Amino acid sequence: MANVADVANLAETHSIARHRRFPRINWPALAMIMPSVIALLLVGLYPLLFVVSLSFQRFLLNRPQNNGMFVGFENYATVLSDELFWSSLGRTLTMLVIVLIVQIVLGIAIAVLIDSSRWRIVNWTVKTALVIPIAMTPAVVGLLGVLIFNRDFGLVNYLLGLIGIEKISWLGDPTMAMVAIIITDIWQWTPFAALIMLSSLALVPHDMIEAARLDTKNAWMIFRYVKLPYLMPGITAFMIIRTADVLKLFDMPFTLTRGGPGVSTELISLYIQRMGFRIFDMGVASAQAVLLLILCIVLARAYIRFFYRAPESE
Amino acid sequence: MTYAGNLPSKQATKVAVHRQRISITAWLQLALLILLLVFIFGPFYWMVSTSLKEQNDTFAIPPKFIFTPTLEHYNFVLFSPSAIVPTGLQNSLIVATSTTVLALLLGTPAAYVLARFEFRGKRDLWFWFISNRFVSPIVVALPFFLIARDLRMLNTPQALILIYLTFNVPLVVWLCLDQFRAIPRDLDEQAKVDGCNLFQAFWRINLPLAIPGVVVSAILSFIFSWNELLFALILNRSTGQTAPVQAANFMTGFGVKWGEMMATGTLIVLPVVIFAAIVSRHLARGLTMGAIK
Repeated sequence: MANVADVANLAETHSIARHRRFPRINWPALAMIMPSVIALLLVGLYPLLFVVSLSFQRFLLNRPQNNGMFVGFENYATVLSDELFWSSLGRTLTMLVIVLIVQIVLGIAIAVLIDSSRWRIVNWTVKTALVIPIAMTPAVVGLLGVLIFNRDFGLVNYLLGLIGIEKISWLGDPTMAMVAIIITDIWQWTPFAALIMLSSLALVPHDMIEAARLDTKNAWMIFRYVKLPYLMPGITAFMIIRTADVLKLFDMPFTLTRGGPGVSTELISLYIQRMGFRIFDMGVASAQAVLLLILCIVLARAYIRFFYRAPESE
Repeated sequence: MTYAGNLPSKQATKVAVHRQRISITAWLQLALLILLLVFIFGPFYWMVSTSLKEQNDTFAIPPKFIFTPTLEHYNFVLFSPSAIVPTGLQNSLIVATSTTVLALLLGTPAAYVLARFEFRGKRDLWFWFISNRFVSPIVVALPFFLIARDLRMLNTPQALILIYLTFNVPLVVWLCLDQFRAIPRDLDEQAKVDGCNLFQAFWRINLPLAIPGVVVSAILSFIFSWNELLFALILNRSTGQTAPVQAANFMTGFGVKWGEMMATGTLIVLPVVIFAAIVSRHLARGLTMGAIK
């Protein structure tokens, strides 16, 4: 069986050079990788090519007479001059900056707290509990937010009332509705930051901390110069994962505010969805989507450049 | 019983130090940790308790922390003649399970090949696999809606099962690749000597050893699919609604039925939360994998 022999050669460590000299196709390996490649071509790449082509067409779901007409960059011109597009993008990026800062600071604080605490059972409970917000269905988290942020009988206003703060119309006020979305996101995703920071803290060598303790008793100095360098890769990874997440963010704000009041909490994904499936202009929505896609690709590139080692580098 | 006698001296001192130091700092830490637990569980508790409250108790000011629980909302959303939630949960289960199984079938052999062989373009291929996870779902949802419409796949579980592969296959490849790389290549050599072909070496030897990675990726893939709203909302509006879509629809009617809404929410969330809590250690590993290396 020639194929098996090929595989055998390839499996050996010195096979790379030989492989280059005699480029032979390793059929069994190809057969094992192709199904997933084909699947992703069909459900991943083909829709992307489709959306690019849509972005150059007139395509209205509710008036399909002239659909498919090539309109050049008209849709892009519409998007770029659309104030709502820029404001939804701006809103998304503002939210991104706020949640990143808060979640990283809180995440580190929680990780350091757990790491330094000696209450074993409590630590274990907290670590287990941290996965709960992450696993919770975002659409349900949004609904729960509607209840908790309710002006009249919501838990948040009740608790604020205890310390003498007047009732806030969380979901009725443009700014406060955005704050409510941000708080909800912080509740759901700070545990993720904490988990990353906890596993990063576990990488700090114990004798390094011991050695540092001989030099200084200042806990902040030890954190800053001994522990923080070990946290940096985790922090940057978290930033980029969350950046992608916030650009995608749809489910939770959709059930929490549905973009309202008005368009005051309409994040970029919500706006594209509304453009495509409420205003029914698939052409313009596609142009918006392509611009978002470019942003995603830039970020994914950055992500992989900074964090992932390619599989061949050991 | 004295510890000092049995333990090496270093550990003994540690124990002693530990005893002395249940200090203010330690109590403060305990207080903060408990506060943290309250923050994490608070909203969750509020959802479950509202689902068990009479409508009147929901509106009570101050909120009722102690109340007579009722199962009427669960009864209504699950067993009333107009109940749609059981179908929703069933649809979600079918979709999430199928897409997870499919993603594993497609992803694990690919991860194995990527872990074992060098070939030209491997870096790019791998990058492309992973980058699918970073594409915003709305970008794919627009064209996929039209494609599914033309193929008459709207409102079927098949459309969702397929589209969820866009994030599940990369997830499986990403997590399992690491797992396969950790398995010594000697085992492959041995398998070859014993007459296994590549697929047999993968199926009989490597896959069983990679089970931890496979399980973690399966769990994450199931949870993400179970929770997904955007695709489900766009592709399955009428029949074949998944549970999150039904939850989202609660906000469109007149007069919010909080009890029923929270009962539905609890039914959706509870399976994944219990699941996640049971495997929390592995889950944390899966979520943070790649992030800190």
